[in-house]
Amino acid sequence: MEALLDTLGLAEAASLLSLEPPGWGANLLRGLVNSLQIALGAFGFGLLIGLGGAYGKLYGGPLLRDLLAIYTTVIRAVPELVLILILYYVGSDLINQAATAMGYDRVEISGVVAGIWVLGVVQGAYATEVLRGAIQAIPPGQLEAARAFGMPPLMTLRRVTIPAMMGFATPGLANLWLIATKDTALLAIVGFSELTLETRQAAGSTRAYFTFFLAAGGLYLLITLFSGVIFSRIEKWARRGQPSLREGGR
Amino acid sequence: MPLTAAPRPSDAPVPVPPAILVEDLHKSFGPLEVLKGVSLTAQKGDVVAIIGGSGSGKSTMLRCINFLETPTSGRIVVNGEEIAMRADGSPADRRQIERIRTRLGMVFQAFNLWTHRTLLENVIEVPVHVLKTPKNQAIERARALLDRVGLGDKADTFPAFLSGGQQQRAAIARALAVDPAVMLFDEPTSALDPELVGEVLSVIRDLAAEGRTMLIVTHEMKFAREVASHVVYLYQGRIEEEGPPERVFGAPQSARLKQFLQTVG
Repeated sequence: MEALLDTLGLAEAASLLSLEPPGWGANLLRGLVNSLQIALGAFGFGLLIGLGGAYGKLYGGPLLRDLLAIYTTVIRAVPELVLILILYYVGSDLINQAATAMGYDRVEISGVVAGIWVLGVVQGAYATEVLRGAIQAIPPGQLEAARAFGMPPLMTLRRVTIPAMMGFATPGLANLWLIATKDTALLAIVGFSELTLETRQAAGSTRAYFTFFLAAGGLYLLITLFSGVIFSRIEKWARRGQPSLREGGR
Repeated sequence: MPLTAAPRPSDAPVPVPPAILVEDLHKSFGPLEVLKGVSLTAQKGDVVAIIGGSGSGKSTMLRCINFLETPTSGRIVVNGEEIAMRADGSPADRRQIERIRTRLGMVFQAFNLWTHRTLLENVIEVPVHVLKTPKNQAIERARALLDRVGLGDKADTFPAFLSGGQQQRAAIARALAVDPAVMLFDEPTSALDPELVGEVLSVIRDLAAEGRTMLIVTHEMKFAREVASHVVYLYQGRIEEEGPPERVFGAPQSARLKQFLQTVG
């Protein structure tokens, strides 16, 4: 193995990326784990906001609908980098003001929680629209049948609406998930040590920019490929019972 | 003197409330008044056929009974229990209307099976999740019902892979699975190809023969004449004429009904 790396001229890169110090591999992996943690949290938080937002837009009163329209418009209009700066500093400032008002000391806000909150709010706006479209694509008769058989609203959501819309929502949600994984890189600007910041630090300390950014790119690509497999499984499951659009396919 | 002849107090006839009682039902969609005060009584075991031209309000009337449409005013009593209504006609008590809906098995024109569930899953859905029947018991009953409508071998098939007639028969099995007090049929054969109508009608005919209480909105006059115990003819939101099928079809009184029967007949 070492001989092979030597002949390819990669011995130096391998030692830089080694998991043992003085290699920086462990730092990169730590950054990757942080990125994934935030992406998962933000995606989940965004889904919850999105489901509530979609329901509000479809069934809510005029005031709620207006508020949601403002939310989705503003969030989707402002660049994410700007939103992250605004939401991060506004969020932490609000919490600190509340803390001092209640007589507590200023609190240190966990980077993970802040990242999930900031990206979740952004994701929620897009998820609202994805899920609203998916719910509207459900044949109304299916919801009417649930009503006609005495299903309470929450059970209808769980047993009919969500499973019936999954097939329509999965491609859009897969996009959102991949955007979430890559948006974590923007959190570097507020000093959160996710994959991109860790990479920049390693590259800066060793001057091996190409090696480290290529490695980080590889890690992002791995996430994408793995996500693709997972989402195609989810989509296959969600579309069970739907005839394939291919001729003769089932 | 035979012992059985002695009447005991418990044998005294208890008045049985009608299965469905509709009184002075009004329904408007905006400025358009679709139902202008219709009343209807179905005793247990009755098969009421509701006929009428397009836009006569027959589907709306059926859909008001389980509040899929909110009546504008009127009274609806199911098995002696009146559905509590607010001033605007919406159900006052969500739990009451949900409970009553589980007693009314509805069959739709467009089948409305849940496409992400197999036929068996469609049939057990309401018993298991709404009525909390033990799952194995519900499955056993669902298989028997699917057998009965001739779909025993399709239990694990998804609705999209079946013909309209098969889907409608499965929808009837789903409605039967809650052991409904009354079955509501909303034009059950109107979305079917002509050659598939017969298989669905024959299932409904069997249900009539076993004494199920049913309200059927239909365009199949021959079928209505054959299975109904009572026929209601709606014209522009009012009951124009009603009575036993022999009279309504054989000796119609109203000129409109005569004309209607000629055009569809």
